[in-house]
Amino acid sequence: MNVAVVAGPDLDTRLRIYRMMLEARRFEESAHQMFLEGLVKGTTHLGIGQEAVAAGLAAAMRADDLTFCTYRGHNHTLLRGAPPGRLMSELLGRSEGVCGGKGGSMHLTWAPTGAMGSYAIVGAHLPIAVGAAWAAVERGTGQVAVCFFGDGATNIGAFHEALNLAVVWDLPVVFVCENNLYMEYTPIGSVTAVERPAADRAAAYGLEGLLVDGNDPDAMYETASDVIARARAGGGPSLVEAVTYRHGGHSRADPGTYRPDEEVRQWLARDPIPMYRARLAGAGASEERLEEVDQSVEAWIEAAVEEAKAAPEPTVDSIATEVWADGGSRWRN
Amino acid sequence: MAELITYREAVARALAQEMERDDTVYLIGEDVAAAGGVFKTTPGLLEKFGERRVRDTPISEEAIIGAVMGAAMNGLRPVAEIMFSDFLATCWDLVANQIAKTRYMTDGQVALPLVIRTANGGGVRFGAQHSQSLENWAMSVPGLKVVAPSTPRDVIALMAASVRDPDPVIFFEHKGLFASRGEVPDGELVGRLGEASVVRSGSDATILALAAMVPKARQAADELSARGIEATVVDLRCLVPLDTRTILSTVAETGRVFTVEENPRLCGWGAEVVSIIAEEAFYDLDSPVVRITTDHIPLPASDILEDATIPSVARIVDTVTRSLD
Repeated sequence: MNVAVVAGPDLDTRLRIYRMMLEARRFEESAHQMFLEGLVKGTTHLGIGQEAVAAGLAAAMRADDLTFCTYRGHNHTLLRGAPPGRLMSELLGRSEGVCGGKGGSMHLTWAPTGAMGSYAIVGAHLPIAVGAAWAAVERGTGQVAVCFFGDGATNIGAFHEALNLAVVWDLPVVFVCENNLYMEYTPIGSVTAVERPAADRAAAYGLEGLLVDGNDPDAMYETASDVIARARAGGGPSLVEAVTYRHGGHSRADPGTYRPDEEVRQWLARDPIPMYRARLAGAGASEERLEEVDQSVEAWIEAAVEEAKAAPEPTVDSIATEVWADGGSRWRN
Repeated sequence: MAELITYREAVARALAQEMERDDTVYLIGEDVAAAGGVFKTTPGLLEKFGERRVRDTPISEEAIIGAVMGAAMNGLRPVAEIMFSDFLATCWDLVANQIAKTRYMTDGQVALPLVIRTANGGGVRFGAQHSQSLENWAMSVPGLKVVAPSTPRDVIALMAASVRDPDPVIFFEHKGLFASRGEVPDGELVGRLGEASVVRSGSDATILALAAMVPKARQAADELSARGIEATVVDLRCLVPLDTRTILSTVAETGRVFTVEENPRLCGWGAEVVSIIAEEAFYDLDSPVVRITTDHIPLPASDILEDATIPSVARIVDTVTRSLD
């Protein structure tokens, strides 16, 4: 893969990113475990293996920047500051969930810290992120909208409409394609006209095709810092293609058996978390310090799971609330 | 003082009134700025409010609707124009899956104060893909408010109410009414969503109508009056919220109900209204409720065929007369 060589951020930032990735990993593992226990209902689309993208971007964002992500959005919502216990509660359909149990795994949102939604219709949120960036410019807030989407979204119309408008209006949007090589069950290359589904399309919108190793959090962080700074300074949108891999299938219903064993083996060997841990050890982080992060995250996830399991079930009184801004659902007088 | 203006002039006047009052109100859409709108509903707004607040877009309905949704999340009160309501089909995911459901799915974290204006309806010989009456599409989706005014005065008053509403509103402007004129008082005009208007009172029958069917219902009522039948005509104005109080009270007064619907018959708004009447006012009825609708077909383009398809004054008069015989 042709990727930029980066020096990497300072050690404190790297340790922060390492912790973020580990939190995301443990969160997903716990979500999966609770799915097996029958506590998480419906479906889940786990981001295990893709943590470097979420952590690299989130670490480079300003507190008031806005994140838009997909139904594979636990990582992004968590790492933009959603309270973990309430996030987990949402997966369990509890009233303390971030969406009161009305959203579920595919619609995690935590607006107070700029996690502006997980969008479950492929591609829909790209134009929405454009709109949020447009408002940021008009209101002079200096915010940047960061929009994550999968490789599959590059073949849907909204992707192209959103990129075009973002460029024409010169808006502060960072489009991040998390290319995990498969659109649901199908290899992306077999259904896409170009080799790099996002980066090769960038030229059509007058943008640079930025291809990044999505399993390298330093590369993600450095790229994110560059494009976010440029967007904030009025330099317009960017399109980043982060090549990564989901360790599991598309959703909980998919064992992912269509993937060649050798391919899976190679990517598991490039698991971003142990790779990064080893890199930090080599860069001067003591084993003691790394161990401290590991232990602290174990306690953190235990608390989140405990909180979620203890959270009350919603009452049916809440069903007909929050359709309208008056808090209710009345459609007649 | 009152002024006689057209329905299309009322659109621009309404938007100007709201944009002047609130600088977070923006207007975007295809040809809305420099061209003043393909139906000339937005002339002068670019000159008055500048190119940032009145902005042309590419032919990208998903981008237009996504943009107003994202902007509404982040502090604007944007208005989008979808040139023909038929084009809502190209961005229905954004309208029905995203805008309508976001407040609910986030349990109230995200508010979407936005308006989607669109030219709706037939009678203008444009054929099946530029003439539909699609209020029913929006009415069937929880989370959308649905407005369809019939007079210039209501265009202004209800547009103002829609822009100020904290929830997403789909605002249907009827193409067949753009050239119609009506009196509008001076000064700011602000209405309320969810209030029907009794435009004519009579004790023999209630005729419920929407948008371009309202003037037809009025004219039919005048002709019926000449035949000795006095009808109440109700302009629903909004489908969501629905003013069932006014509907049910006029039903109680007349005992006979007719709906006049431009939409194809199946699942038209009248079907919902009739079901409410059947459930809640059955014993007020003196005869079966009758729906006067376009047949369940796409609209033909030819003037002869289109006129015979959409409910006409003559059809309303005949249907009511025969039912009351």
